[in-house]
Amino acid sequence: MVKQISVFLENKSGRLVRVAQALGEANINIRGLSIADTSDFGILRLIVDQPDKAVAELKNRGVMATVTEVIAMEVPDQPGGLAKVLAYLEAAGINIEYLYSFVEKQSRDAIIMMRVEKIQEALAVLEENNIPILSGERIYSL
Amino acid sequence: MQSENRAGVDLNANSGESLVNVFRYAYANSPFYKNKFAEAGLKLDDIKRPEDIQKLPFTVKSDLRSAYPYGMAAVPMEKIVRIHASSGTTGKPIVAGYTSHDLDQWAKAVAALCEMAGVTKRDVAQVSFGYGLFTGGFGLHYGLEKLGATVVPFSSGNTERQLSLMKDFGTTVLVSTPSFAIYMAETARDLGYDPLSFGLRLGLFGGEPCSEAMREEIEKAWGLKATSNYGLTEVVGPGVSGECGETAGLHILEDLFFPEIIDPLTGKNLPDGEAGELVLTPLFKEGFPVIRYRTGDITRIIPEPCPCGRPQRRMDYITGRSDDMIIIKGVNIFPSQIEEILAGFVEVSPHYLLVLHKQKGFIKDLEIRVELTPEGFSDRFKDLEILEGRIRQRLRSTLSLAPRIKLMEPKSLDRTTGKAKRIVESEE
Repeated sequence: MVKQISVFLENKSGRLVRVAQALGEANINIRGLSIADTSDFGILRLIVDQPDKAVAELKNRGVMATVTEVIAMEVPDQPGGLAKVLAYLEAAGINIEYLYSFVEKQSRDAIIMMRVEKIQEALAVLEENNIPILSGERIYSL
Repeated sequence: MQSENRAGVDLNANSGESLVNVFRYAYANSPFYKNKFAEAGLKLDDIKRPEDIQKLPFTVKSDLRSAYPYGMAAVPMEKIVRIHASSGTTGKPIVAGYTSHDLDQWAKAVAALCEMAGVTKRDVAQVSFGYGLFTGGFGLHYGLEKLGATVVPFSSGNTERQLSLMKDFGTTVLVSTPSFAIYMAETARDLGYDPLSFGLRLGLFGGEPCSEAMREEIEKAWGLKATSNYGLTEVVGPGVSGECGETAGLHILEDLFFPEIIDPLTGKNLPDGEAGELVLTPLFKEGFPVIRYRTGDITRIIPEPCPCGRPQRRMDYITGRSDDMIIIKGVNIFPSQIEEILAGFVEVSPHYLLVLHKQKGFIKDLEIRVELTPEGFSDRFKDLEILEGRIRQRLRSTLSLAPRIKLMEPKSLDRTTGKAKRIVESEE
């Protein structure tokens, strides 16, 4: 399981910069991110090299941040790669809350970060179907 | 009371007659009212029956202010034996002059409220209201004396000495503002005393609103029963209404004060049970009579009889000021109502901002900005949407209006010390 940082952001200019600067000044490296927003607010989801330090740093600066556990898996970087994995989960009745991807530099696989309602069941399904699951340590040090 | 429940005044025979007398007295003796009634085109014969009182114009704060200092007098100044005045923080002070008859009636009123709250002759009552132009100190003082309690006229301030005398004198009743009672308990603890060891058994609180949370805190700290009372310098001072042992609303001394509840917008009388602005007419004042004074306080008359069996109707706790009222789509809303609802959610902080979205001068929509707390934050949109929905739902059931909720980052809303700016307008 991977520790992801979730940050609440008002939809207002300067909010994202503030977060990025805080992390930069604390020498924390961002590995991957995704932003989802409504007209009122956004949620920034971050994968960083030092998640605990990052949350502490953000909280110190009054930023609403929390740690969420997500699953990181490797999916072949080719047409249909993601579809196949999603079909396994769907067949097992596992709902996905959200997912996003980033491409690993050294490999031909894509990395998918995913939050599901039933984490243990999802992990079992992935293992059963030989989908590589990446540990936190692995992801932080990419 | 109850007989007819129309949008009108409930008049029992006694106060009805008194009302007509109050009018006649003012007409004959008060240059201010003579002038005001003439402007309204009212003649002495127009007010014959109690119902006619609704024809009388209201008296508002600015009337009293422009009458500064003695313009409200209805007797020669040689008959006035005491002057009180409001602090005048927002303009000229409001002056009240009392004849000996007025003082006697006022003391009677306060004595009745103290007795209702449970004070007896055997009590030692410490008055921690300021003695001076403010009506609180002297008002409670003479009422308690009239009742026969032993009065300790300490006045405000000097908390340490106040506490040590309280112990030595065996004070059983504390008269103060609720916040001072809380402050005194904290000071007692700082000095190494347990407030529970003081033996206070009853508190008479007034001068500012007392929330349920404050009441609980005071009762727990001192081991006393907290009661609140209500009054204002403009109509006499403390003595208008107060709680009995049931502490479920404040009995109005209806033989001395005539209460009405009006729609603050239209000025029309509202039936019992409906919230609106409290209008008071003291029925006994000779010196500076006041007729249909708009208090600006929002409350309602509780239609049900009190379990204590007293016949005087009760007014509910003050929920806001008419000057704060916002009208949206025909619904009257007070910021205090919203504050109370938000306080029930741990997921948001009590800091809020009301944004009135206007279109052509009318308020089209209400938006409530509220800060998320760590308890409320989830990284799933669904959870945040559910939270917004729950808040909206609670507001709708209380306000009959579903405002838009906008979640904000912590500490993003203005926190001016004191009265925070809670309302902004935005024109579309």
